[in-house]
Amino acid sequence: MTIDDWLRVASADAAQRRLPDLEPLLKALAAATRSLRAAEWNQHAAGRPQRDPLTPP
Amino acid sequence: MLLSPDAPIQRLAAAIERAEVSVREVVDASLDRVEARNTTLNAFTQVLSDRSRVAADRADREIAAGHYRGPLHGIPISIKDLIDVAGTPTTAASHVADRSPAPSDAPVVARLREAGAIVIGKCNLHEFAFGTTGEDSAFGPTRHPLDPQRSPGGSSSGSAVSVADGMVTASIGTDTGGSIRIPAAACGLVGLKPTFDELPCHGIVPLAPSLDHVGPLTRSVADARLLFAAMRGATGAPAPTTPVTRRLGCPRPYFLDVLDAEVREIFDTALTRLGSSEWMVRDSPVRYGHDTATVCLHLVLSEATAVHASSLDTQAESYTEGVRLRLELGRYVLGEDYARAQRGRAVLTHAVDAALVGHDALVLPTLAIPAWPLGTETVDVGGRPISVRNVTLRLTQLFNATGHPAISIPCGCTTGGLPVGLQLVGRRGHTDHLLHVAEACETVLACR
Repeated sequence: MTIDDWLRVASADAAQRRLPDLEPLLKALAAATRSLRAAEWNQHAAGRPQRDPLTPP
Repeated sequence: MLLSPDAPIQRLAAAIERAEVSVREVVDASLDRVEARNTTLNAFTQVLSDRSRVAADRADREIAAGHYRGPLHGIPISIKDLIDVAGTPTTAASHVADRSPAPSDAPVVARLREAGAIVIGKCNLHEFAFGTTGEDSAFGPTRHPLDPQRSPGGSSSGSAVSVADGMVTASIGTDTGGSIRIPAAACGLVGLKPTFDELPCHGIVPLAPSLDHVGPLTRSVADARLLFAAMRGATGAPAPTTPVTRRLGCPRPYFLDVLDAEVREIFDTALTRLGSSEWMVRDSPVRYGHDTATVCLHLVLSEATAVHASSLDTQAESYTEGVRLRLELGRYVLGEDYARAQRGRAVLTHAVDAALVGHDALVLPTLAIPAWPLGTETVDVGGRPISVRNVTLRLTQLFNATGHPAISIPCGCTTGGLPVGLQLVGRRGHTDHLLHVAEACETVLACR
């Protein structure tokens, strides 16, 4: 699920649950998740990081 | 009486052992201070006056009979109200928590009692320890002893205030993102978060079980060492100590990027003083340190929400608003992102281990800002607005995720008289070595 799709679904769910104050927190979480997914140490099936930080050089 | 509860434990202990002061006198002084100050500071949720006097009289009888238990015999302590004390409810400062009395002491409390400590009462906190200010509490906010209009930091807010104001000699708190070290720094105390899993968290309401730690808040490193040894008990043999090499690594990138100007100046001065005392401080960056906040956020939200899921379903309205919203937010973290955060935790743990190579400890500030006014949501740090929650967690939460032991010691005060803390981070499993290092640094930086 892309972050944009996730945010749309999560915001709609929060609105349905009458939690409007959750909206800014969901946006902040989306930004943090975007940063998490962009971290260079993530593993990807289509390719590995140039150097795995957990593997000794 | 010669000594009050804010005396160093060794001094108080020597006077108690020699019967220069009775335990009852010490406990009465502690209770008198609580009575005089708690209305203003709101540090305690429960004061165990009758019980602590009974325990004090028993402690005096033991000494008279020649059974002296050691340096914690008769020492008045407080316990964060997230930790079970037999016969008292563990409120977690919430209207949600079960208010029936705990059937037994948490192991860390039982061990402290076995060592002779007297439990004076249970301390206020940020609800369920899920916050860094001590403001969101079913009992109302805890207030800073130097300025009641300011936050003492949290979540172990009442624990810190009870020690800093001289109500008790030491306190026990918990730390999931900095909740011992943050209030210790804000109140001018020593706060120790040991290595992960070194002290048992049984009998303690969890927040995020893979990040939760328990530890002491005290007025000196020597006092913290005594409490830590007692809490570890007979089963947890300390790791062999290695000589202190007087080499510290400073992880500047990320960790020193966002600092209040006075905190930066005081921290720099502390490093200069250490350098003048034959300590070598070298730059030692933590690789991927800039990923700390995002990794920790996904870990703590997911785990805290898992712990609170059933209460959220049935009693959501009973939580304070801020805590409820953060718990609700955790319901939206995807499993794939929790897995990424776990990978990030492993990478960061490796990075902290690498930064520690060749050093006794890493050195950095504990808290990027001095104690802030109650009710503040955002502060300006170096011209940059940042939420109080984010800025207070910024320098401490990494070591909850990686499990490294970390301690905050006082290193100076702002021109307004507010304390600033210096944080030392040691190798995993070597909390005793970290305490040696901290004691040596404390001697150089002594500002009391």
